[in-house]
Amino acid sequence: MLLVLISQHLLPVQAIIFVKYQVKNMNLQLPVYLDNNATTPCDPRVVDAMVPYFTQQFGNAASRNHPFGWAAEEAVDYAREQVAQLINADPKEIIFTSGATEGDNLGIKGVFEMYASKGNHIITMNIEHKAVLDTCKHLEKQGAEVTYLDVKPSGLIDLAELEAAIKPTTILIAIMYANNEIGVIQPIREISAIAKKHGVLLFSDAVQAVGKIPVDVKADGIDIMAFTGHKMYGPKGVGALYVRRKNPRVKVTAQMDGGGHERGMRSGTLNVPGIVGFGKACELARLEMDKDAAHTSRLRDKLEQALLKIEEAYVNGDPAHRLPHVSNISFKYVEGEGLLMGFNKNIALSSGSACTSASLEPSYVLKALGLGDDLAHSSLRFGLSRFTTEEQIDYTIEQITNTVLKLREMSPLWEMFKEGIDLNTIEWAHH
Amino acid sequence: MAYSEKVIDHYQNPKNVGTLDKAKKNVGTGLVGAPECGDVMRLQIEVDDATGTITDAKFKTFGCGSAIASSSLATEWLKGKTIDQALTVDNMEFVEELNLPPVKIHCSVLAEDAIKAAINDYRVKNGMEALQFEDSVVH
Repeated sequence: MLLVLISQHLLPVQAIIFVKYQVKNMNLQLPVYLDNNATTPCDPRVVDAMVPYFTQQFGNAASRNHPFGWAAEEAVDYAREQVAQLINADPKEIIFTSGATEGDNLGIKGVFEMYASKGNHIITMNIEHKAVLDTCKHLEKQGAEVTYLDVKPSGLIDLAELEAAIKPTTILIAIMYANNEIGVIQPIREISAIAKKHGVLLFSDAVQAVGKIPVDVKADGIDIMAFTGHKMYGPKGVGALYVRRKNPRVKVTAQMDGGGHERGMRSGTLNVPGIVGFGKACELARLEMDKDAAHTSRLRDKLEQALLKIEEAYVNGDPAHRLPHVSNISFKYVEGEGLLMGFNKNIALSSGSACTSASLEPSYVLKALGLGDDLAHSSLRFGLSRFTTEEQIDYTIEQITNTVLKLREMSPLWEMFKEGIDLNTIEWAHH
Repeated sequence: MAYSEKVIDHYQNPKNVGTLDKAKKNVGTGLVGAPECGDVMRLQIEVDDATGTITDAKFKTFGCGSAIASSSLATEWLKGKTIDQALTVDNMEFVEELNLPPVKIHCSVLAEDAIKAAINDYRVKNGMEALQFEDSVVH
């Protein structure tokens, strides 16, 4: 047992014990964490920056009349600059939030309410995160008209379709910067040029992109953008909404009523330690982005090339327009959750398959690319980080290859494929 | 969600993985589930015509760990039973044995359906009518 679970009645949570594991004389730390699109570990330098703001500098940034409040406000201002600098924004354009789900809600609902007199039409696409899709669905009940664009099999938006979807009532285009499941980066500058041409605002959920690739709100022409700390080695529970102040000046209607913090757009006492950590994470990302991207893309490519040597393995999403640290691969004729079970004590990964009685639906993102349900059920998502090591990637390649081969020996679909039977000709007993 | 030790054991050391000769008259094959649902189970039985006893059972499953464990357990359960005994199969027995959580009960239903389908295939091959079963309740 490499993952030791300490009896639960003694400890409130399961403790993960990291162990050193000797494989072929390599020094390998287990378990391997390759689910960095879900969340990243906090960089220790981020934690160090945060700690004083829990116990010593614990003031409320809105307390104007004593040194505790001043220190907190100063720390928040500094963090606001660190965050703004990463995306080439003005610090006044940064609204701190609890994370990107809040940012998506505030950005989209806030525009819908603020610009109601101009129109009610929103254009988005069907591989957006649920925080965007469900916000749009909510607004449909409030009278919004929403167009959900399909994407091409590559995962990229069709720019001609986007432009054709714009009408006189269109007030907002909501297109993510990069996708969380397949890592595909959308042509954001072309999208913003179309938006500008038609006088429509552009919102972007940039959770997966900010801190990983250069994001420049001025050059990219984004009007409103949501992102978060915990996908870029910062803490959970803190994020930001960028809201443009010039050309054009954008406003969003607040979604929470209260003390009027964040220039009236987001009330609520600021999460000072979280904001300090988020600021530090942004600074580190800006300074180390090139190094991080080179490191993760080299290991990602190694992993991908090795796994694609397995028969009937396919990459999902356009490899030429992809985040450096992401890969999504389908291993045909093997079910994703069953595959994960072969190594998930030692390797943390996500699958596009959800095999529960509540949801037999595989990933809607993969289905939107036109993948059959069988391939969508057979996918694994890899998200590397600045902390991923070569030894961990070598171990992952070995474990996944062995498990795929073992499960295929057990798979009736693999047997049929090998016998040359076309699975589409079989009448399946749906249950 | 953590798997029970029994599920993990069947997953790591599945019993009776393999293929029986479909051409043989005393082999019944049940193929249930669908690739788009994320699980397909093929379960086969070999029957001693004289005694009606199931002498061998094999499976191959495309699915999650619980689906693999359910089919592995089902083949173990079948061996040595008569066809009539096998018809009394109740998926809840597999649920209890494997300690399946509610979201995985459909895996045990699939195993029950596979057993019934294999028996019917054997019956039809041997000139008997296929039995009508009530639809499984859990989906």
